[in-house]
Amino acid sequence: MSTATHMHGRIGESIKRKEDARFLRGKGNYLDDFVLSNMLQMAILRSPHAHARIKSIDTSAAGSMPGVIAVVTGELMAQHKLAWMPTLSGDTQAVLATDKVRFQGQEVAAVIAETKYQAEDARDAIIVDYEVLPAVTSPDGAKSAGAPLIRDEKEGQKDNHIYHWESGNQATTQAAFATAHKVVRLHTFYPRCHPAPLETCGCIADVNSATGKATIYMTSQAPHAIRTVFALVTGLPEQQIRIISPDIGGGFGNKVPVYPGYVVATAASLLIGRPVKWVEDRNENLISTGFARDYHMTGDLAVDEKGKMLALRVHLDSDNGAFFADAQPSKFKAGLFHIVTGSYDIPTAHVTADGYYTNKAPGGVAYRCSFRVTEASYLIERLVTNAAIELGLDQAEFRKQNFIKPEQFPYTSATGWVYDSGDYPKAMDVALEKLGYAELLNDVERRRKQGEVTGIGIASFTEVVGAGHGADFDILGLRMFDSAELRVHPTGKALLRMGTKSQGQGHETTFAQIVTEELGIPAADIAVEEGDTDTAPYGLGTYASRSTPVAGAATAMVSRKLRDKARKIASHLLEAAEEDLEWEVGRFYVKGSPDRSKTIQEIAFAAYTNLPEGMEAGLEGVHYYDPPNMTYPFGTYAVVVDIDKGTGQVKVRRMVAVDDCGVRINPMIVEGQIHGGLTEGFGIAFMELITFDSDGNCIGSNFMDYLLPTAWETPRFEMGETVTPSPHHPLGAKGVGESATVGSPAAYVNAVIDALSPYGITNIDMPVGPDKVWAALRSKGVTE
Amino acid sequence: MKVSMKVNGAERSGDVEPRVLLVDFLRTNLAQTGTHIGCDTSSCGACTVLLDGEPVKSCTLLAVQVDGRSITTVEGLANGATLSPIQAGFHEEHGLQCGFCTPGMMLVGTALLERNPEPTEDEIRWAISGNICRCTGYMNIVKAIQHAAKAQAAAQAKVPEAVVVAGGE
Amino acid sequence: MFPAAFDYRAPASLDEALGLLAQQGDAAKVMAGGQSLIPLLKLRFAQPGMVVDIGRMRGLTGVSRNDGWITIGALTRHVDLERSYDLPGQLSMLPEAAHWIADPLVRNQGTIGGSICHADPSGDWGSVVLALGADLVARSANGERVIHAADFFQGPFTTALGPDEILTEIRVASSSKPAGGAYNKLERKVGDFATVAVAVQVELDGGKVSRAGIGLTSVGATNIKATEAEKSLVGREPNDAVIAEAARLAAAAAEPKTDVRGSAEFKRDVVRVFVQRGLKTALARAKEARV
Repeated sequence: MSTATHMHGRIGESIKRKEDARFLRGKGNYLDDFVLSNMLQMAILRSPHAHARIKSIDTSAAGSMPGVIAVVTGELMAQHKLAWMPTLSGDTQAVLATDKVRFQGQEVAAVIAETKYQAEDARDAIIVDYEVLPAVTSPDGAKSAGAPLIRDEKEGQKDNHIYHWESGNQATTQAAFATAHKVVRLHTFYPRCHPAPLETCGCIADVNSATGKATIYMTSQAPHAIRTVFALVTGLPEQQIRIISPDIGGGFGNKVPVYPGYVVATAASLLIGRPVKWVEDRNENLISTGFARDYHMTGDLAVDEKGKMLALRVHLDSDNGAFFADAQPSKFKAGLFHIVTGSYDIPTAHVTADGYYTNKAPGGVAYRCSFRVTEASYLIERLVTNAAIELGLDQAEFRKQNFIKPEQFPYTSATGWVYDSGDYPKAMDVALEKLGYAELLNDVERRRKQGEVTGIGIASFTEVVGAGHGADFDILGLRMFDSAELRVHPTGKALLRMGTKSQGQGHETTFAQIVTEELGIPAADIAVEEGDTDTAPYGLGTYASRSTPVAGAATAMVSRKLRDKARKIASHLLEAAEEDLEWEVGRFYVKGSPDRSKTIQEIAFAAYTNLPEGMEAGLEGVHYYDPPNMTYPFGTYAVVVDIDKGTGQVKVRRMVAVDDCGVRINPMIVEGQIHGGLTEGFGIAFMELITFDSDGNCIGSNFMDYLLPTAWETPRFEMGETVTPSPHHPLGAKGVGESATVGSPAAYVNAVIDALSPYGITNIDMPVGPDKVWAALRSKGVTE
Repeated sequence: MKVSMKVNGAERSGDVEPRVLLVDFLRTNLAQTGTHIGCDTSSCGACTVLLDGEPVKSCTLLAVQVDGRSITTVEGLANGATLSPIQAGFHEEHGLQCGFCTPGMMLVGTALLERNPEPTEDEIRWAISGNICRCTGYMNIVKAIQHAAKAQAAAQAKVPEAVVVAGGE
Repeated sequence: MFPAAFDYRAPASLDEALGLLAQQGDAAKVMAGGQSLIPLLKLRFAQPGMVVDIGRMRGLTGVSRNDGWITIGALTRHVDLERSYDLPGQLSMLPEAAHWIADPLVRNQGTIGGSICHADPSGDWGSVVLALGADLVARSANGERVIHAADFFQGPFTTALGPDEILTEIRVASSSKPAGGAYNKLERKVGDFATVAVAVQVELDGGKVSRAGIGLTSVGATNIKATEAEKSLVGREPNDAVIAEAARLAAAAAEPKTDVRGSAEFKRDVVRVFVQRGLKTALARAKEARV
């Protein structure tokens, strides 16, 4: 018998996705597709003001409208001690406002009615009397003398300051700056944007009045963590709460937090005794749910006369909105921002961060990013390009000169991160080769001589993902492990259940492939389930590119556990000692006699029918994986832009993306993830923006104002890869969902700045719209 | 108000308020939930259906407005277990991730190939520019539509092979 | 997100529609394709008592030529104008302008008449009819009247139409002289309203400009007809200096406001750039135009 039988769906094979079957037919089950019998609909009334005292709420007219079952206010919630809830960052957040509203779009009241139409009609009939207060819309505003105190209800809160946080070494950094040949400074604002998944957030709360069990269908990226938070918030016993996260229409971080709507719908279902559905409209999604970024950053890079980076100093002011509700590990107030030394061997660094309350929506989430890595990567990559321009060095050469060298891994950064593996020069070389860099530089010169405005941008990012080792990473004390439970059925088919939750990443395919690789069961024979807390093992969920690094590792480990048991069963079936058995994917055979073998399917059947004496029946297991370290995906992105001098329009002519995410389990899916991230990075760089006028009115509250790139604007990507396995991940994989959003904005903006550098322009903050480019050119007297 | 229309070839009718949107009629009254709601402002195309063969946004149409006309939704694309060329293309080229925009994208692709069987990449990108995808970066959606175009061209010469997707490969 | 409740009528004929309007007055709102009105209804910015849906009537569609006029039916969809490949050179601007309206799906449903009557100062057709010097034909139960495009737009979302009137046709006097047009639009992405757009139309007579039309989008309370700029061109040989002067005058006629799309100064300058570019394109088209 040949030992080279092909096993379909192993690691490295781009098999087609298992989940496609339902989505292609319109048979996905998204939250809003569920209809429970006797279900009511909820609509939320939101504040039109950014900051106002609530003088009165009159619900009498609304309450008597057709179909209305209840109108819920903060006062009613307060009677059940549910007017406030804890946030993921240890603060509190209003569920329904009782005293003040603190941002435009804040939840004020909710109508529960028989139909959506009735609920919305009645919502419009609620009368709220507000006393409008001055609004704070930036950290500078928050710290200014005489700024209104936003969190006046918080004991001991005397101003709008939330936290001060530091990393690195101030003394050694100061000393290095004192001796520097040159210091390059960049002050930049990474503006507020929004993950804006195409499906908005929502839930259906169904509290059984007989048993008290709360079943809550919810658009959640982290159903288990939500269950625990719900138990803590509501006081319901945790076994009486079941969160079901069905198919999710994109998350990108937006579906990690607990939103007031979830709490109100659950309370309403509990009080009324009927299921209550709440689904946001787009406006609600954009004005009230987890935003991203909003960091004001200043970076100083010290270099010596040879162009060697000596030290990095960074300060950031974080605009956290009205409640400190960032979704991030407890120990890190500014997320993982201190990865800010990036891909460079910078001997010393010092990072300081201050967070502020403002009258803006709360809940800083990592929009396709590992907890504020995007802001860090943007700052260092922009700073490095500016330094190269200022020093008159080639931006690629300057990067190469300062890269952490392949032989330095594992590398401990100046802020204490231990990078697992990397080969940065290699990724750079692949990108430059693909780009035809040398020729392109000549081409740029030629075009510039003809009066064209064109440039090249490079970004060589390093990400830090896969949170995390539980000792350092927790959310509300829950250690950030993840889990996989594998059941092999007697016929050799399998069910894999995970603590993660796919939102389009293709978990049903990728995780099946890991089992195929480790246990030899064809991917098509493995069902993967996620999202039901009553059936899945406990896990922290899918965000921060952690599914493959953590749950993927758990899947490999549980498969290996079962393989160990399978070896014992094979030994019994083949009447050979365990150490005499060889494993090849899908079967054990006796060393030297490849014909004497048992397939995993035969072994699975035996696990239920013909076990060795004394062995427990079945072939099932569970593994909780606590990663020993983070993983550090990296890559080099390169962008070529052409700028229209007359209109300021930027056209991306080329975009080359070379990613190294370690071992690729399904290369097709990995590439798809990168495409998506490059596009969201493009959107952030050029058009996505949530901004506010001085009264705190949100601009960017629908898709006519919050701009998402279409196929027409989006560049065509040229892809490349290198593979540097993670030494500590059981499969060598690193996670890839977010690399491209993290790394690409700086590449796009660097290209624009490179194009404008001949005119002495050194910065344009995102989004780089035509108006800003035009203004920059005009300021230097350039026009059509 | 009484409203009736042909949905995926079958006569369907209902009694609705004039303000009921076509997308809501399809999802709520007819329980065809493959047509999604993404933005409410006719900006995203998640609600795309074909109206007499042409793609339109069903969140910005009243159900009563299309009385007597013919609607195709994603549920009407496959022929039994056999996927249409566009559906097969999306599967083969990984043209979908979360699946939320996918029905709209596939319907636009279907209508495009009906009108223009050999579109260029620019024509494809222009045709789908009323539909937002947050996951794929459009690269593989373009390939999926090209895949379908090729398959349809090949099928001109011979009877198409059935492509069945059920539970993956 | 749903509209507030309203009554709905779908008249089978124009006369029936006009009868309803005569009866309802301000309480009724006319809907053609609905692509502007339905979003307003959903946002509850508009809460009419009745929607009169004329989109289901027969007629009022297509482009025709007779009696010295080229006539566009008010219910002609954007997509049908976008795909009008055989229009005379005089109307070469129409497919170009249509191409940039909203997005392909909205163009499949929205109509030129609906868009003009919506009178959004960011609407594209307003500038086109101003540049073409078109006449807008309105009907009411009392009969028909013609409104010059220059007199039609009275303010943001406000037109010369009475509550009992329906726009039926857009018409342009057909000309035997070589003519061409161009529509340039700066938008932040497909589907966005214009940051700035400019419609330019020229007619030539023996190497000189015999007629010029310039319409400006998104730079004022209405679409703006750049009259001084138009006048500066007529009777002149369109060389670079003449074009630059017209562009300067058109920019001066713009009344842009600073907003999230950019500063007033920026928008004004893009008007200048687009008039220059548009004139060059329009002149080239006129020179090779079908008549």
